[in-house]
Amino acid sequence: MTFLIRQTLIYAVPLMIVALAGVFAERSGIINLALEGIMIFGAFAGVLFVRLVQQWGIFDAARASGDWVTLQGFMLLSMGVAALLGALFSLLLAFAAINLKADQTIGGTALNLMAPALVLFFIRIIANQNTLQMATGDSASWFMLKKKMLGVSGNMGFFGETFLNKVYIATYICIIIYIVLAIILYKTRFGLRLRSCGENPQASNSLGINVIKMRYSGVAISGALAGMGGFVYAMTTANCTSNGDVAGFGFLALAVMIFGNWKPLNIAGAALLFGLFKCVAASYSTLDINGDGVYFLKEIGINTNFYRLLPYLITIIVLAFTSKSSRAPKAEGIPFDKGKR
Amino acid sequence: MKEKGLSSFMNKNGTRSVMASLISILIGLAAGSLIILIVGISNPSIGIKSAWDGIRIAVAGLFSTGRDAAGALTFGFNSTSIGNMLFRATPVILTGLSVALAFKTGLFNIGAPGQYLAGTAATLYIALTIPTTVVPAWIVWILAFFGGMLAGAVWGAIPGMLKAYLNINEVLACIMTNWIAANLVTWLFDVSSLKNVLESGKTGYIYKTTHNGVATPKLGLDAIFPNSQVNAGILVAILIAIIVYIILNKTTFGYELKACGSNRFAARYAGIKDKRNIILAMALAGGLAGTAGALYFLSGNTEFYWTTYQTLPAVGFNGIPVALLASSSPIGVIFSGIFMSMLDIAGLQLTNLTAYNEYITDVIIAVIVYLSAFSLVIRMWLDGRRRKAKAALETAAPAEPVPEEVKAQDESGAGIAPDKEAENK
Repeated sequence: MTFLIRQTLIYAVPLMIVALAGVFAERSGIINLALEGIMIFGAFAGVLFVRLVQQWGIFDAARASGDWVTLQGFMLLSMGVAALLGALFSLLLAFAAINLKADQTIGGTALNLMAPALVLFFIRIIANQNTLQMATGDSASWFMLKKKMLGVSGNMGFFGETFLNKVYIATYICIIIYIVLAIILYKTRFGLRLRSCGENPQASNSLGINVIKMRYSGVAISGALAGMGGFVYAMTTANCTSNGDVAGFGFLALAVMIFGNWKPLNIAGAALLFGLFKCVAASYSTLDINGDGVYFLKEIGINTNFYRLLPYLITIIVLAFTSKSSRAPKAEGIPFDKGKR
Repeated sequence: MKEKGLSSFMNKNGTRSVMASLISILIGLAAGSLIILIVGISNPSIGIKSAWDGIRIAVAGLFSTGRDAAGALTFGFNSTSIGNMLFRATPVILTGLSVALAFKTGLFNIGAPGQYLAGTAATLYIALTIPTTVVPAWIVWILAFFGGMLAGAVWGAIPGMLKAYLNINEVLACIMTNWIAANLVTWLFDVSSLKNVLESGKTGYIYKTTHNGVATPKLGLDAIFPNSQVNAGILVAILIAIIVYIILNKTTFGYELKACGSNRFAARYAGIKDKRNIILAMALAGGLAGTAGALYFLSGNTEFYWTTYQTLPAVGFNGIPVALLASSSPIGVIFSGIFMSMLDIAGLQLTNLTAYNEYITDVIIAVIVYLSAFSLVIRMWLDGRRRKAKAALETAAPAEPVPEEVKAQDESGAGIAPDKEAENK
């Protein structure tokens, strides 16, 4: 059970944060199909930063003395770098979609093609192979939180073992950021204005809101979140490596966003559900749910591929039932034209 | 008088589309070259001389014949490269046609990767399971070819139906069906007995179709381009492109499809069955993408890596740039598909001959797609220049109104049709 919850969280949190990235863009009126590409780019930026800093040896002393707090700071810094570069990359989409009134779907597709190409090009030049790894050590030994760091050697009980041992603090930081941003989106003036630009930008403009600026902020926040999500994904599930691929997580996040009807609370629920599927698909044959030594899911004998495709299938089914009452932002995908009524 | 002839040539929609595409290509190549140059200068182990080699290969890799004894790059007719280019163009022309046909009907078929996989799976299954000892190989080939086409069509029809009956955005439905296809195909081959177990080091691959004695005939093309993979598939692809052109431009059915693409509601008002047409358009698009998979793997010298559940085939996505570059013209797709595979060959040469690698050509393609997202702006810019020239001639030139299509595209919201302007002939 501990393993199941821990693994589910590891998969669910990047999904959640990237789905929120989609929400911020779409609520401001820009369809961000490029989530996958931005994740790939963010993962690359974060991993490259970790690699470079390791090569410069800045945190070697902290590593040697077991100063885990400093190392967590290093991780936070890397997340920040990934977010910043994700935001920068997403500006390409913002520029095309807002200033040039380009087709947002094609613009997003372009970014999805560009990210893996650029990333793999540079990885080949830097590492002379198709995967960029950390310079030394692995993700778990540098960034994972273990109970002995907290000074505990015995059993911490169910709660402690699940949420404090062998986890990444990044997971909790993402959850906090998620909550804060959800509140900003719904309870602040900025959030209300941003959302209004996705519903009726002409009305917002007539009230003196700068639609262009709002849409730029929406896309930039979206890019930052997706970039960070990409790095967190790479760090927690791919041992802090980058290979120009995030296994369709960006598209899955898009599905989560639609499944959650563009609302943060529903999205969190949907992300947990999808995370559970991912977790089950990845480890169903060794999954012992209630700890009685019986591998229940393995005994049912459902093929692992079935669990893998389930999230996408469910999304289509949900879309089929809810498309009539879908709460997609009304103005998404439509370039803003001041004079249009 | 002569000037008037030139300006009327420049006025033609087709000419402007070609111009816009050429500009996109030039900017894309320039961006790629710039990256090569920057990397070369900032990286002491590469240096500016290698960077210059890299740029030359990236642009003209098709005609590269390796290096001479002194280590300098040599260029000339390279039959292997050109033959391989034609071979690789076969699937991208077809996925390009798939995306282009959907564009023409107002749909964005980002589902080509899934349809391609569906076609591939059906083709391989048929080609490898029907024993050629009982059924003649050419019949198996035909069955496999049409099986792939049909599987792609079925897979394309699903988002079409979701769009027509439930009004689900086809882009989302396509993305979901892509991943479902990727998982289903992995599942299908996971439990099949078609995994290549004879050759060691081939884990994860399905047998080539030649394992069962099925392969596309070469029709003498291998004599023209020796040492290359080229086969009759390219001729089939070109033939299909011409058929698509005829369907779209010379038949009532094609007219109805395009009418639905321009304005679904107006088409319905005119008595056209819009739902049926949307489903048919997606099925046709899917069939084309499925054919791409069929032809690529029926060649007999290509192997399918079956654990595809984590990655979608790039050929499917490359259909998008191919269609965009060609402004969704079926005939144009032949050329843009060949151009795209030429870049592919240049990428291989880049890996073989220089310090760079093939991914720079993907960057160039991505830049081209990015530019074609606002090809409308480029075209308007071309218009603007022309208008300026006109205004210089006639002192009181009346201002042309902004093309109405730009607005119409916003309002329909039914899909993406970047070539709406071209429709308005």
